[in-house]
Amino acid sequence: MSTVVETHDHGHHGPAKGLTRWLFTTNHKDIGTLYLWFSCLMLFIGGSMAMVIRAELFQPGLQIVQPEFFNQMTTNHGLIMVFGVIMPAFVGLANWMIPMQIGAPDMALPRLNNLSFWLLPMAFGILLSTLFMPEGGPNFGWTFYAPLSTTYAPSTVNFFIFSVHIMGISSILGSINIITTIFNMRAPGMTLMKMPLFVWSWLITAYLLIAVMPVLAGVVTMMLMDINFGTSFFNAGGGGDPVLFQHVFWFFGHPEVYIMILPAFGIASHIIETFSRKPIFGYTSMVYAMSSIAILSFVVWAHHMFTVGMPLAGELFFMYSTMLIAIPTGVKVFNWIATMYKGSISFETPMLFAIAFVALFTIGGFSGLMLAIVPADFQYHDTYFVVAHFHYVLVPGSLFGIIAGVYYWLPKWTGNMYDETLGQLHFWLTFVSVNLTFFPMHFVGLAGMPRRYPDYALQFADFNMIISVGSFLFGISQLLLVFIVIKSIRAGKKAKPEVWEGSGKLGLEWTLESPAPYHTFTVQPEVK
Amino acid sequence: MAYLRKCYFKFYQIVFLILPASLLGEASDYNMPVGVTEVSKEIFDLHMLIFWVCVWIGVVVFGIMFWSLWKYRKSKGAVAADFDDHFWLEIGWTVVATLILVVIAIPSTKVMVTAYDDAEGEINIMVTGHQWKWHYKYLEDGISFFSNLSTDQEQINNQIPKGEFYLREVDEPLVIPINTRIRFLITGNDVIHSWWVPDFAVKQDAVPGFINTAWTNVPETGIYRGACTELCGIKHAFMPVVVRAVEQAEYDAWVAEKIVLAEQEKMLTSKEWTKAELVERGESFYLTNCVACHQVNGKGIPPVFPTLDGSQIVLNDTQRQIEILMEGVQGSAMAAFGSQYSEVDIAAVITYTRQAWSNGKNGDSAIVTPQDIVAYKNRTEL
Amino acid sequence: MDSKKTIRNLLGIVFGMFAFGFLLVPIYDVFCEITGLNGKVTGPSYLSESSRDITDQREVLIQFMTHNNESMPWTFKSKKVQMRIKTGSQQEAIFVFENTTDKEMVGQVIPSVSPGRGAEFFHKTECFCFESQTLAAGERVELPVRFIVDPALPEEIGSLSLGYTLFDITDQIKESQALANL
Repeated sequence: MSTVVETHDHGHHGPAKGLTRWLFTTNHKDIGTLYLWFSCLMLFIGGSMAMVIRAELFQPGLQIVQPEFFNQMTTNHGLIMVFGVIMPAFVGLANWMIPMQIGAPDMALPRLNNLSFWLLPMAFGILLSTLFMPEGGPNFGWTFYAPLSTTYAPSTVNFFIFSVHIMGISSILGSINIITTIFNMRAPGMTLMKMPLFVWSWLITAYLLIAVMPVLAGVVTMMLMDINFGTSFFNAGGGGDPVLFQHVFWFFGHPEVYIMILPAFGIASHIIETFSRKPIFGYTSMVYAMSSIAILSFVVWAHHMFTVGMPLAGELFFMYSTMLIAIPTGVKVFNWIATMYKGSISFETPMLFAIAFVALFTIGGFSGLMLAIVPADFQYHDTYFVVAHFHYVLVPGSLFGIIAGVYYWLPKWTGNMYDETLGQLHFWLTFVSVNLTFFPMHFVGLAGMPRRYPDYALQFADFNMIISVGSFLFGISQLLLVFIVIKSIRAGKKAKPEVWEGSGKLGLEWTLESPAPYHTFTVQPEVK
Repeated sequence: MAYLRKCYFKFYQIVFLILPASLLGEASDYNMPVGVTEVSKEIFDLHMLIFWVCVWIGVVVFGIMFWSLWKYRKSKGAVAADFDDHFWLEIGWTVVATLILVVIAIPSTKVMVTAYDDAEGEINIMVTGHQWKWHYKYLEDGISFFSNLSTDQEQINNQIPKGEFYLREVDEPLVIPINTRIRFLITGNDVIHSWWVPDFAVKQDAVPGFINTAWTNVPETGIYRGACTELCGIKHAFMPVVVRAVEQAEYDAWVAEKIVLAEQEKMLTSKEWTKAELVERGESFYLTNCVACHQVNGKGIPPVFPTLDGSQIVLNDTQRQIEILMEGVQGSAMAAFGSQYSEVDIAAVITYTRQAWSNGKNGDSAIVTPQDIVAYKNRTEL
Repeated sequence: MDSKKTIRNLLGIVFGMFAFGFLLVPIYDVFCEITGLNGKVTGPSYLSESSRDITDQREVLIQFMTHNNESMPWTFKSKKVQMRIKTGSQQEAIFVFENTTDKEMVGQVIPSVSPGRGAEFFHKTECFCFESQTLAAGERVELPVRFIVDPALPEEIGSLSLGYTLFDITDQIKESQALANL
């Protein structure tokens, strides 16, 4: 929540009072706050589902839940984390920071902005309500392959499809807003190549979103038609093909995962630059790297489908294209390290999360490279090795990026420094538990444990117990984050406009007071 | 101080000596199995190659990063330099990264081409994934059978201790001869499943309506255990793959025996069955195929899995019970067992349910014979 | 500073990509037909000119597999499980269909050829899989697949396995008839 502050220019025009403020706001800061709190709530809901999963997997045998419910947990955990936590959190950070970083008074389409947010609670209300319906919620994995998700799905699948459509519309409208804002509302003098890297990362992400969310809408519409209107897109008996589903889904799905990481790349660049007290190394190649990653992301989709029966030439093509993506990603990692090298480094909480992001995301990248190798993938596909890989890139990747951004910009939002000691405690608890949870997954996957299993053979028991313990610790540690944020909103050491030493020249947001006034840059600054 | 040094030494030991050794080892809980076929060994070697490449890249990259974080601490007085670019350095590390990838791509392509070999097999086996069991059909010899999980439901429900091969054992494993090229023709019956045997490095999706192929040639006798690796519904974790590779002579004897058994099964339909015989056979069938949903005590998990103990259909409506077993129940997990199993098995399991639990006490629990099932199949009321 | 133009262009991309998603369906079918993958050839095919000129014949093993999807109750089997045939010559394989239920039903057979890259060399001139089959209650028929294996079949492929999956499409046919009658 941004504190209610009236600037000296506009003494009469602060935010509205009461609940209607939040329902009708068109202010980018308020909307950013809404997205972030929504994402936080979803983190705990999706996280609780993970706790159910890990409680069941704590020991072999079926103890806590039956497979019917377990499948609903794995499915909804994935859907909520992807569509309800990571994506909205990055949109929240975009809303808060992009206008301030480019010297604009607000987003280009403020009322559309409000709609984009409020569509999300609608969508997730519908999705979560299916868990309480007699047939149970979606139970076919977050990747909802046909025909398990069409012919064999519970009738609540229609709610699932409706919910996905609404989430998609929210993302598309939000992205249109972001692109329009970035292209048309930059302060005079801020050329594209002078934009902050977070803004660049979101420009590219927004384009990816408007390109692939419609394809997701298409594939769920095809599902809807197969289920309810007798078509046969994915039914072989009617002349269709279940494998077509996978192609169309992953054509969306692969760019989607880059959508979930690119803004974190932007945030990491800002934080490392600030706390190394040295400008980001290789700004231009950082921009080109993010752009190449985005473009390449369109031609790698079938690496999620290596065992589906594609011809040899197809498999080799996708192996090569997937390996290629490692290059621009590697360039970014090298540039972050080159920024640290010969810098003057301090280790406040945002920097700790950013450093962990670079190291652990890279580990996720290594397992990704291993997965790209087709014949080896025959042994990794659909095992916990894959689960380890994507959790490394999404949790110490995307989520750490989000958390780092929150710590980094929180003093700007609230006007108070967060408690540094608690922040460091939160970091270390999270760092240890994240590795305790996800590193052993590499081992059980290699040793042969498949994914989406509610029960497993005895040789996987020890590691599963460690993973479960790690996950409980991880879950509890995030409560500390909520405490830290609320504490900082209410009280704390007053933050300067600059907040972090030397950041005044690093971005326009650091020229503003802390907390940032409700309306900022109503007069656009000159950028040299 | 000495204690710290000891800790550091122990850490060094584990990371650089024990872990790599265990990772390179054969039967390891940490690593991919080497497997027994030429292909699986090549894939293991490829996996280890990429792994070590990643480890060394990690050592160098993280080494530089952590060293920089330590050496350039502001708290120790480091003053920041002001460079923010270096064209040739950027070109340099991009080229190095590309070269490393090319070096990895070459053996990867080679192994891929070997694994993808689609020449014909000496023995062709059609593998069909069902919800939730595998079906194997030997095309040359004509024998076919289902392969169900054979772990007791009570082990799964934590009522009795778990056996050594918990969730990795089946009633009828796939039997193949060693040193023979086997071709698998894999399809799905309902949803997409996936057939995986890690020791052969064979994994292909079982897609309904389409045939995928895989091949193997196993040089060592043994029992090889795998799993279903594509989410297929509630018992995705309960349909393992077990392959028994045997000497040629043993294989031939097994095939001959299977053919004889199939003939005998056919005869059983017309034989006169006693109630005790039907119940015994029915109980065994129930414990393999019905117990996961309807439970050992016959109470099921209503409303999704109806109770059989005290069920009106079981006690009073034989025709309906036969119909359910034969045709399944649309929109539920109750499959049409009639299309998969013999008249004897269907008659036996129906007879069993009518005697079991509290059902047997209720007087008229007439048996249902295989002939009754044949009669149902031949009915022509329009 | 023209926001409206930007928005119009972006909306264009959005609707364009939605259409593209649906376009992927025919693109996929065309791709499968050109490459002949999975034997997803929907109609009859014949030897090309150049293939007709190839006179060497070689022996190829053809195997037939049948499978009833889900619980399709018909009896469906091939009379011969395998045949050794010469490339370039017209062949025939007979399949038995029997509707063992007491209701009229409609079935559709979906073919799949293995290895996938051999599919384009397997020319079916007549096949029960080209159209749906309606059988009255208790009816039994024997239907042929007539085919020629292209002499241009690559040397490394010594056998072709044909999988036929029989689907029950009675309900789909009823539904589309009902829609047609509206």
